[in-house]
Amino acid sequence: MSLVFSQLINGLQSGSIYALIAIGYSMVYGIILLLNFAHGDIIMVGAYVAWLVVVNLSLPPALAIALAIIACTLLGVVIEKVAYSPLRKAPRLSLLITAIGISFLLENLAQLKFGAGAKNVPALITGPALDIGGQHIGFTAVLTIIVSVVAMIGLTFLIRKTKMGKAMRAVSEDMGTAQLMGINVNSTISFTFAVGSALAGIGSVLYSCAYPQAAPTMGSMLGLKAFVAAVLGGIGSIPGAMIGGFAIGIAEAIVSAIGLSVWKDGVVFAILIIVLIFKPTGIMGKKINEKV
Amino acid sequence: MKKFLSIALVLVLIVGCFAACGSKAKPEPTAGATPSAAASGDTIKVGIIGCQTGEYAQYGVSVMNGATLYIEQLNANGGIGGKQVEIVNYDNKGDSQEAINAFNLAVDKGITALIGDVLSGNTMAVVGEAAPLNMPMITASATADGVTYDSESDTVYSNVFRTCFTDPFQGEKMANYANEKLSAKTAAVIYETGNDYAVGVKDAFIAKCEALGIEVVDEEGYATGDVDFKSQLTTIASKNPDVLFFPNYYEDDGLIATQAREVGIKATFIGSDGMSGISKYASAADLEGTVYCAGYAPASSDAVKAFEEAYTAKYGTDTLNMFSANAYDAAMVLCNALQIAEDAGLTAGTDEYKQAVIDAIRDKSADLESITCNGYTFDEHNNPVKATNIMKLVGGVETFTETY
Repeated sequence: MSLVFSQLINGLQSGSIYALIAIGYSMVYGIILLLNFAHGDIIMVGAYVAWLVVVNLSLPPALAIALAIIACTLLGVVIEKVAYSPLRKAPRLSLLITAIGISFLLENLAQLKFGAGAKNVPALITGPALDIGGQHIGFTAVLTIIVSVVAMIGLTFLIRKTKMGKAMRAVSEDMGTAQLMGINVNSTISFTFAVGSALAGIGSVLYSCAYPQAAPTMGSMLGLKAFVAAVLGGIGSIPGAMIGGFAIGIAEAIVSAIGLSVWKDGVVFAILIIVLIFKPTGIMGKKINEKV
Repeated sequence: MKKFLSIALVLVLIVGCFAACGSKAKPEPTAGATPSAAASGDTIKVGIIGCQTGEYAQYGVSVMNGATLYIEQLNANGGIGGKQVEIVNYDNKGDSQEAINAFNLAVDKGITALIGDVLSGNTMAVVGEAAPLNMPMITASATADGVTYDSESDTVYSNVFRTCFTDPFQGEKMANYANEKLSAKTAAVIYETGNDYAVGVKDAFIAKCEALGIEVVDEEGYATGDVDFKSQLTTIASKNPDVLFFPNYYEDDGLIATQAREVGIKATFIGSDGMSGISKYASAADLEGTVYCAGYAPASSDAVKAFEEAYTAKYGTDTLNMFSANAYDAAMVLCNALQIAEDAGLTAGTDEYKQAVIDAIRDKSADLESITCNGYTFDEHNNPVKATNIMKLVGGVETFTETY
């Protein structure tokens, strides 16, 4: 029983990080129907920023956390302005290819600048492990789960209760009409990228706490798994992305716990294929009837 | 349609990930580091072959430098019986066919012994050519069993020696160490399933543990590229082993060590030489007391310090590692054998000369002042019976503690 509980915590920890990244995927897809494949690489940039600040500039970890999140947020907005916004009227396939191009660009830039090997990110946040009724729970696990849940509650509040959230929902529903109603579409889209990337930045910090290495290609597998989580939850749906993220994390933990750890990635992509075949809209997704 | 597109794109991305880390530009081959001999009649020619350019160039260059350093020092001190040792160096670019060509070229140039090859696969290809010629050869880096011993026909290649450990040797050593020095009763292993080195070391470790009566309570694998090992480690933690063995490379080992402590594993961590460098990848507190065996312990003795100083002065620190130290030893073992053959008055290149060199490597290397161990003796498969250097993590520093 205690083993099951521990494995569940393991799954929730990695699942929280997938969920934070999946939300970014879903928000961007919801608003401009783009699968932003560069999203995972934003995490990578965040991890390198944390490493640079702590190791090379010898600044305190708290500053590293702040700078990593700020850098991710700015990077997300810059990518949107430079790469995606000129293509707003172009076919969606062009956008998708651009996103893949940006992903490779970021990975290769990191490889050029920092080398192909992994860099060790020193502990950003440390604390004592918890013992609840004989259950040993690592500090980063507790931290990751709590921070993710708080971030998700904050995001839900932002979208449901604020004016900007209302604008985001409106643009997502119908960009043309939203514009006619006086909503600044460009700034709303930028804001969406900023929020999604800030969540990726938080994910990046949590990821660096749990797996303290920064490597140029670390974002690609992470991004793909988060993408699977977003599709599983229903792409475009924020609660769906959360549920999908946790589900993928727990699925991975179960697969590893029963001794099939080598098949972990295979199981995640099998989930993607099964969802796309049997329920392409995902768990929380809405069925959209496209007008012909 | 969109569904298929997204699946296709996912596949493209995955393939892209692999493609991105695969190919590397091949630089121009380096010029052979052959010191021009005064008169070719008065030199003893020794071949050096290895992958000096291409993807594995770092190994080949280290081996070439280490061996060349020893031979140049020897030549500066008068060579062997007044004769200079001439190096015939060829780059095989990591390719087995090139390795065979390089070997044949070196034979045409009149070599009487060979230091190399570097990679296990290349070395086995060269052994196929060198065995019929009974060409003495000694490799500093090829760790596969098949280099000196053909298990199918149960024959030992009597002309082939090595100065490095084999993969299984390290697993057995660490099982012995766990038994004798750590008094371990139970052990667990976590290893990278797609890595021949990790699997080879792990299999030998488990077999030896069983022979010694250490119970292996859990054996967990992970796929190449994984960063999350918590699920496997949670299972291991529930079985509470005395030691946890990681036969992997240091980047993974660092992540495993951190996560193992996080899920509450209190076992002592032990590892093989792939763990060398782990201190940069996990915290000092998590690693305290971790031990691993290494082929070469930096600055562990005066002889090692002298080697490091001479090597750094000539080649810098980039390629100073276990491979260059083993190659330095390989050249020492070989030159000592050449000296014995010369003293017997034999003519370089003849069959008797080669046999004399082989016999001398096998039987007369025990008293050499080699740098990675105290002299070399070889077992029935021509593998070195040498002590490993036990490195211990003390306050975050990888410290040489003893030879074992």
